[in-house]
Amino acid sequence: MSKLKYIGKKLMQLILTLYAIITFNFILFRIMPGDPIRLLARSGAISAESIARIKELFGLDQPMWMQYFIYLKNIVTGQFGISMTYRQPVSSIIAERMANTVTLLAVATVMIIIIGIGTGIVAAMRRGSRLDKTFVVASMVGWSLPTFWTGLLMIVVFGVFLKIFPISGILTPGMQYATYSQVIMDYAKHLVMPTIALIIVDMAQFFLITRSTLVDVLTEDYMLTAKGKGLSPKKALWRHAMPNAMLPIITTLALYVSLVIGGAIQVETVFSFPGMGKLMYDAVLKRDYPILEASFFLMAAVTVTANFISDIFYTIIDPRVKDI
Amino acid sequence: MSKMKEKKRNEVWEQMWGDGLGRAGIILLALILVISIIGPILFPFDAKDVGTSAAQIMEAPSAEHILGTDEMGRDVFRELLLGARVSLFVGLTATAISILVGALVGLISGFYSGFMSNMLMRITDFFIALPVLPMIIVLAAVFGQSITITIAVIGLTSWPSTARIIRSQVVSIRERQYIERIRALGAKDSRIIMIHILPNVLPLIYANTVLVIAGSILSEATLAFLGLGDPVSVSWGTMLHYAFVTGAAGRGAWWYLVPPGIGIVLVVLAFTLIGHTLDKIMNPRLREY
Repeated sequence: MSKLKYIGKKLMQLILTLYAIITFNFILFRIMPGDPIRLLARSGAISAESIARIKELFGLDQPMWMQYFIYLKNIVTGQFGISMTYRQPVSSIIAERMANTVTLLAVATVMIIIIGIGTGIVAAMRRGSRLDKTFVVASMVGWSLPTFWTGLLMIVVFGVFLKIFPISGILTPGMQYATYSQVIMDYAKHLVMPTIALIIVDMAQFFLITRSTLVDVLTEDYMLTAKGKGLSPKKALWRHAMPNAMLPIITTLALYVSLVIGGAIQVETVFSFPGMGKLMYDAVLKRDYPILEASFFLMAAVTVTANFISDIFYTIIDPRVKDI
Repeated sequence: MSKMKEKKRNEVWEQMWGDGLGRAGIILLALILVISIIGPILFPFDAKDVGTSAAQIMEAPSAEHILGTDEMGRDVFRELLLGARVSLFVGLTATAISILVGALVGLISGFYSGFMSNMLMRITDFFIALPVLPMIIVLAAVFGQSITITIAVIGLTSWPSTARIIRSQVVSIRERQYIERIRALGAKDSRIIMIHILPNVLPLIYANTVLVIAGSILSEATLAFLGLGDPVSVSWGTMLHYAFVTGAAGRGAWWYLVPPGIGIVLVVLAFTLIGHTLDKIMNPRLREY
């Protein structure tokens, strides 16, 4: 099988998985206990005419298989229904929140990759040293920290006691801005603590995988050859060790996406950061099922797509994957 | 056979104890277990012992309340000791479910080939690709709040990694000659799986199991923190939930926020240290470092 064929097969799998997620969602939110009409009306005292009208409005009078096809069509065209609390289309609410989460996760991810891989390299090169041991223990402690609690601690220490950083939102309420750069500065200030909380907790994975694969690679024969050729350790690392260590790191990326989405839900909740995660938390508290359903679908879709991309990346850079 | 196993078990134990991080994990875990058993007996927590005046609400630590009081004026220290039990109980039972389902799926899909086995594998791949926290949030939100549901939700979402490890090992054992010979002797499939395959596969998932416990405890705490835990039972996660929603962070009530979090970190760290050391011992490729 050529690489192209392999990618095509993976693409088919991705589409099938997305379809499975939509179906899973449809089933899950229809087997839940409780009557959707009661939930929507928020009261038991409702006339038969009103019930019929709501049923018609939401297509609940249609047979189940018909509802399923309408549901599929709606998701494909980006319609996720109407929020029960905001009484607005779910898609427009999500569109408002998406940019904040993407910014937060992009900044955090870049830093996590740089710091995680960087410390991993340092530790692997000085395997067994005190520095290495400190890094390993620190990464396990970081791994064990609940993300939400890390955020809470930072609020108490840096927000309440030291008053260095703002503790909630994305812009200071009631602030008057003279220039755009002031807006950006204010936004950046609000990003600092949520980002650091994510870095502390989610960095461990990259550190540990980089360290352990590099330690593996560094003991290979070809590294000895490189040394014998007279390459400096630095050159040998970048020219021979890192390209070989990249594959497991890329596989980790897919796992990381699932992890960091969970992290975003937690830090956004703690810091009242108006993104997708906070939206999901509020939807849980108010049992706003259409929002929950759509947020879950989007988060799952992003994760499986990240999986797909890391698969493709892997195929492209691994020279051994020529014919599978 | 049993003697050999015993020797091996001693060896694993020796290596675990000989590893600095492994030993730290064992000691930490033993300490936490003792505290969670004895603590609530020595210092019982009374949920109805609420404060009678505003001054007793989120009161700073004093001689009477060494870790202060919560949003209802109850003793945080006693609450903390009781919370350890729920966190450990949920973590262990959810892991038991997870390992059971994972082992079953892994054994069946590895041993048999055909439609059923293929479907099981597809389902495993499907669940492994989904983001864990959003999934358990949605399930808990749909099915309601109780300890049983928390355990079921965590247990039934964390099995795919176990299933995968077991499956790949079973596939490699299935083709070996001795299995063929036993089959020729007329052994039933169930006997082959239980007596000849399972014992060869289990050691591989020891490390994974311990790490699943750590993950389950974190999941329970996170679910409870987000308001999806059992509202009447005291766990470290529910403590932090009430601390958060009643504004303990903004009030600087560190005595209510810090201890439950430290509890979670220490338990999870203990299992993580043990899990990683076990992985090093069981996986000889990594043994050098």
